[in-house]
Amino acid sequence: MKSIKNITFVLSLLVFKIGFSQQTPAREQSKAITIKGATAHIGDGTIKENCTLVFEDGKITAFGGPETATKGQVIDATGQHIYPGFIAPGKSLGLIEVNAVRASNDQDEIGDIIPHVRSIIAYNAESKVVESMRPNGVLLGQITPKGGRISGTSTIVQFDAWNWEDAAVKTDDGIHLNWPTTFRRGRWWVGEPRGFLPNKKYNEQVSEVNTFMHNAKAYGKGKEEEEEVNLAFGAMQGVFDGSQHLYVYANTEKEIKDAVTYCKKAGATDIVLVGGYHAHKVIEFLKENNIPVLVNYTHTLPRFDDDDYDFTYKLPKILVDGGLLVGLQNATASNFQTRNLPFYAGQVVAQGLDKEKALQLLTGNTAKILGIDGNYGTLAVGKSATLFVSEGDALDMRTNKLSRAFIDGRDISLETHQTELWKRYMGKYEGK
Amino acid sequence: MKTRLLVCALLGSVSLMAQDYFPKNDGVKTKNNNYTAFTNAKIYVTPTNIIQNGTLLIKNGKVVQVGKSINVPSNAVVEDLGGKTIYPSFIDVFSGFGVKMPEKPKSRGRSAQYDASREGFYWNDHIMPENMAIAKFSYDTKKAKELRKLGFGVVNAHIQDGIARGSGVLVALNDQGNASQRILDDKSGQYFSFTRSIAKLQSYPTSLMGTTSLLRQMYHDMNWYGQGNVDTKDRSLEALIANKGLKQIIDAGENGNVLRADKIGDQFGIQYAIVAGGDEYEYIEDVKGTNATLIVPINFPKAYDVSNPYEAEFVTLKDMRHWNLAPSNPKVLEDNKVPFSLTLHGLKSSKDFKSKLMKAISYGLSKTKALEALTTVPAQILGKSSEIGTLQPNKEANFLITSGDIFEKGTILYENWVQGNRNIIANRNQKDVNGDYNLNVGGTTYKMSLTGEIGKTKVTVEQDSKKLDSKVNYESNWLNVSFTNENGESFRMISLVDSATDNLSGKLVLPNGNESTFTAIKTSTPEKKSNANSSKDSPETVALTYPNVGFGHTQKAVQEDMLFKNATVWTGNEILENTDVLVKGGKISKVGQNLSGGRAKVIDASGKHLTAGIIDEHSHIAGLSINEAGHNSSAEVRMTDVIDPKDIDIYRNLGGGVTTIQLLHGSANPIGGQSAIIRLKWGENADGLIFPNMPKFIKFALGENVKQSNWQSFARFPQTRMGVEQVFVDYFQRAKEYDTKKKAGQPIRYDEEMEVLAEILNGERFISCHSYVQSEINMLMKVAEKFDFTVATFTHILEGYKVADKMAKHGVGGSTFSDWWAYKYEVNDAIPYNAAIMASQGVTVAINSDDAEMSRRLNQEAGKTVKYGGMSEIEAWKTVTLNPAKLLHIDDRVGSIEVGKDADLALWNDHPMSVYAKAEKTIIEGAVYFDLEKDKLLRQAVQKERSQLISMMLNEKEKGAQMQGPKQNKKEKFHCDSL
Repeated sequence: MKSIKNITFVLSLLVFKIGFSQQTPAREQSKAITIKGATAHIGDGTIKENCTLVFEDGKITAFGGPETATKGQVIDATGQHIYPGFIAPGKSLGLIEVNAVRASNDQDEIGDIIPHVRSIIAYNAESKVVESMRPNGVLLGQITPKGGRISGTSTIVQFDAWNWEDAAVKTDDGIHLNWPTTFRRGRWWVGEPRGFLPNKKYNEQVSEVNTFMHNAKAYGKGKEEEEEVNLAFGAMQGVFDGSQHLYVYANTEKEIKDAVTYCKKAGATDIVLVGGYHAHKVIEFLKENNIPVLVNYTHTLPRFDDDDYDFTYKLPKILVDGGLLVGLQNATASNFQTRNLPFYAGQVVAQGLDKEKALQLLTGNTAKILGIDGNYGTLAVGKSATLFVSEGDALDMRTNKLSRAFIDGRDISLETHQTELWKRYMGKYEGK
Repeated sequence: MKTRLLVCALLGSVSLMAQDYFPKNDGVKTKNNNYTAFTNAKIYVTPTNIIQNGTLLIKNGKVVQVGKSINVPSNAVVEDLGGKTIYPSFIDVFSGFGVKMPEKPKSRGRSAQYDASREGFYWNDHIMPENMAIAKFSYDTKKAKELRKLGFGVVNAHIQDGIARGSGVLVALNDQGNASQRILDDKSGQYFSFTRSIAKLQSYPTSLMGTTSLLRQMYHDMNWYGQGNVDTKDRSLEALIANKGLKQIIDAGENGNVLRADKIGDQFGIQYAIVAGGDEYEYIEDVKGTNATLIVPINFPKAYDVSNPYEAEFVTLKDMRHWNLAPSNPKVLEDNKVPFSLTLHGLKSSKDFKSKLMKAISYGLSKTKALEALTTVPAQILGKSSEIGTLQPNKEANFLITSGDIFEKGTILYENWVQGNRNIIANRNQKDVNGDYNLNVGGTTYKMSLTGEIGKTKVTVEQDSKKLDSKVNYESNWLNVSFTNENGESFRMISLVDSATDNLSGKLVLPNGNESTFTAIKTSTPEKKSNANSSKDSPETVALTYPNVGFGHTQKAVQEDMLFKNATVWTGNEILENTDVLVKGGKISKVGQNLSGGRAKVIDASGKHLTAGIIDEHSHIAGLSINEAGHNSSAEVRMTDVIDPKDIDIYRNLGGGVTTIQLLHGSANPIGGQSAIIRLKWGENADGLIFPNMPKFIKFALGENVKQSNWQSFARFPQTRMGVEQVFVDYFQRAKEYDTKKKAGQPIRYDEEMEVLAEILNGERFISCHSYVQSEINMLMKVAEKFDFTVATFTHILEGYKVADKMAKHGVGGSTFSDWWAYKYEVNDAIPYNAAIMASQGVTVAINSDDAEMSRRLNQEAGKTVKYGGMSEIEAWKTVTLNPAKLLHIDDRVGSIEVGKDADLALWNDHPMSVYAKAEKTIIEGAVYFDLEKDKLLRQAVQKERSQLISMMLNEKEKGAQMQGPKQNKKEKFHCDSL
């Protein structure tokens, strides 16, 4: 049902209402705001009870206990909780609206190695799916092209904007590489068994990636002499000069080891492993190579029938316990599911991970991994006031109830297309 | 030379024998009425009647006499077998010999073909009882030779294509005769299968459940036609009627299909002989219960190549275990007294036949049973026991001459006689020259050794322990050896082996071309392998579990009485702190404070939450197929026909506190198939999972899926929501007319589909309808009202909130997703507040999964209704327990903790709707099917057994066995629109 892969989309010229659905973006913060009395979950593994948090011009200017002076508008949040805005890596939010409607799909360009394709210019800041993230506390996302070997270049955005330029927080932050898989799905429609078979083309595919990266690197070095521009090679330069991250999607032990080894050798400076189903088997290797992991979300089934039933639930904990820098992503899920990001982290708590550590998987750690920790991810003086107030524990679905949310200090709406319909129809029934 | 003459003589005689009345223009009529007597043989007259040192007398292709003291007539050619053994030759019931398989047609575009392509035949192209193998038969000399080499003398061949395949042809593999002799029966057995014709494109049936339904309907139609109720001609049904008297054989296969086949047979009074799948050892009791004779393949899987540890991970324990246990299948059948024959069917290469057979024997299949399974049982399956299968007088003279026990490794099959005609496989008069020799050539002594089977003799020649280039050929007692020594000198030798001495001598050609002689003095004879291999350890086999996959239980879960102390009990209507619950005889016996339970097992539940087990109104786990997409109405298909009790997702669901699910048909058609309401009794068989007195439900569907909006399909009605309504109106109207006739006692063609739809009209079956937008929801309620029934449940029902008042008025329930949307155009207005809004208007609301992942944490999905729309916790919890029980009409038995209800329970370590909660125990009817503590042990067991099997397979590889590449056989995860 949610699977978008196996459906041949109708080539349809269906025109449907997409526009003017989003809530009006909030105005720039004009006066100081103080939130008082709440428990602050800082995003670095610690909490501050009964805190006072002040922000002005979009930045946190004071953050302390009850003794801290309030300023401007005071929001009494006694008994409530403050969190830094949650960050969703690896998503095509705003690039596709309705999975089954081809006309609304801008997430996957043709071509296998297309690092030069950039997500940001197609990002629909007025997507109804994007706005539905906010009432659950997901305020930032890495907008990522999908498909192929190298899918393109992502940009990190905040989720309350008039247009893509407004939305961008870190433009062209990284390149996304889907590492070849050692096993591939059987093509049952041509008579192969369902399930997985060894990918006989693995070495060939690895060699293609490797050749491309080395060529891109050489192109960069010889730029002065080169007369003709090569867009694909050119787009890779940030990966070699440290200005862009290389996000490598790999899952099995061999894939992970190959991916890291080859990419490092090719000159990539900041490699992030995405997926990492078997990352727990190579923890030492990842540590030695200083590779952070954006681990797959917990609400998936184990890949192998003989895996522990709760394997996907506990994998993030195993990696955290192993001493890795870990964030959570749901890159392979439908975009609408990304509002469940907090609950993916909550699920790890059920496996014994400390709640504040689980929170880091969506906030402090993710910001660090994405390279936006200077401004986002934790609550600290000098950082962006991108945060929200929840009536209860935001990692549990029963209690995740946002009362306020701010992006760069702007007091954003928590209404959505969905809350409007709720109110409209309840109004109908209640005779309002 | 002699042999050849004899063959020629026989050839001549045979062709005359059967064509007595044919004119002859190429010579004079001659007839050979001589006898052939085989003396000094050990004769297996039958697998259990063995004559030592006996005589077999044959004449004109038939056995005349067999026994110890037989008067050999004077006009007999005597073959002294000198202690060799005679067996009846083998029979294969399930063969494609000489019958060309139809070819796959080029697909005609992407549009599905819904109608039959034939005229004057059955309405479904996959039903072809009119097919006759004899019409397509052409004797295949090459294949016959291959089969004779394996010991087969007779095969029953049919066209192995389609669901009803028509009649077979019984053929003796007699190259020297012609069709008039070798065709023993031109209409031998009628064949069926669960597999569509590869030659036909008609869409229906696309699934296993469609196939079983089609077979049932076919028999109903046969009866209706047979009673003369049809004006038009149907050659398929006429053939089916004509073939009634034949033996009925069905190719069922694995995964419980033997039971599926037998069930169809039971309904129509047919006892099929059933082609098995090789996994019957897993559910042998059920197989035994069928009373069917099986036709069993021996295509035991090869070991997986697990030498690369990364790759080994992809191989499941289930597949490794099947590798380990499959060779024991024949033994298990024997131990359980299930009659069976063996077949070559399923073997990739017939050359593997002997090795696989030997493997089955090494796993404990007795040789007597093996012989029966290849001779008397197949004869009996075909109803031909009076003609073939044994060597009793008057039977076909089909027999094998071997060097000894045919089920031993070194035994040589010399001759395979078919209808009294000799076929030489290996020269039985050829002397065994194998051994080591001192070879004296031109004054030098070399070491020579001869090894290998007859016809494949190998040689090594050594000079001072150095191997020389050498060649050998040994045929008809002529031995021809050549070699080149260290000086580069070549020698050639030829010798007619003398039966009187073990030494060899003969002509030698020297390097210079001069001729001389050589001698070779035998120094040793290879040791005969002792036949007493009973001392050999039987192979190591792992234990079965219930079900027989990873995380299966070593013992089936059993009901026990238990007392939960000091739990927070969610009864359904209230939350009771510090409360005890007593479970007795699988029921909730008491709920209260300070209960004592007598001998019941006490479970300390302080700090824990005890709730009713979760019920998923919309699930697609535990099914072998989900959609029958061949027709826009498939009311006749039954999910109960395709339950898969081995699906690992059953266990995973238990791990999430789920106890009951409705296994629904998919949403490919406006009218889908009949549901199965099942309990997740991990370890029970398919029938054991079915909810007792299961209420009858059927899946309907609306919207994009049934319109086929999201894939390239423009041919099937309906393409619009307007058309969807018409499908319903049409079918219900026809069902109404059908039912009226039936009730009036008028003769009707029994129509499985109409029967089911009539049940809906009569309030005996209930609709759970996949639905999205308000217009279509409203429509179905109006159609139902027109036909005077109530829709039971709208499932998905994502715009239910827009018509919640109308739904409440109609009396239909809503089973929805907690928060899914945006995946299709029709879910644009799906909102997570849907459940809360519908509930507020008095609709019974459930939260369902339609997804194997979500179904194992429906407790959390219920929690979301608290977040979205602010449902109270008690009402929220009902959305996954009592409310789905109500929607499924099982709320009198499950769904809440009330005295007298079934003890279907989940024990949680935290608030059950919290993301932090884990199910610690999941209990169905008082039996624990999931236990967190036990799960730990199962994990260890899985790891341990994996390593054990992996090392066994590595061992196999090191011994040089053929391996198969590592792979993972994975069940598809189904959703509504999985095809």
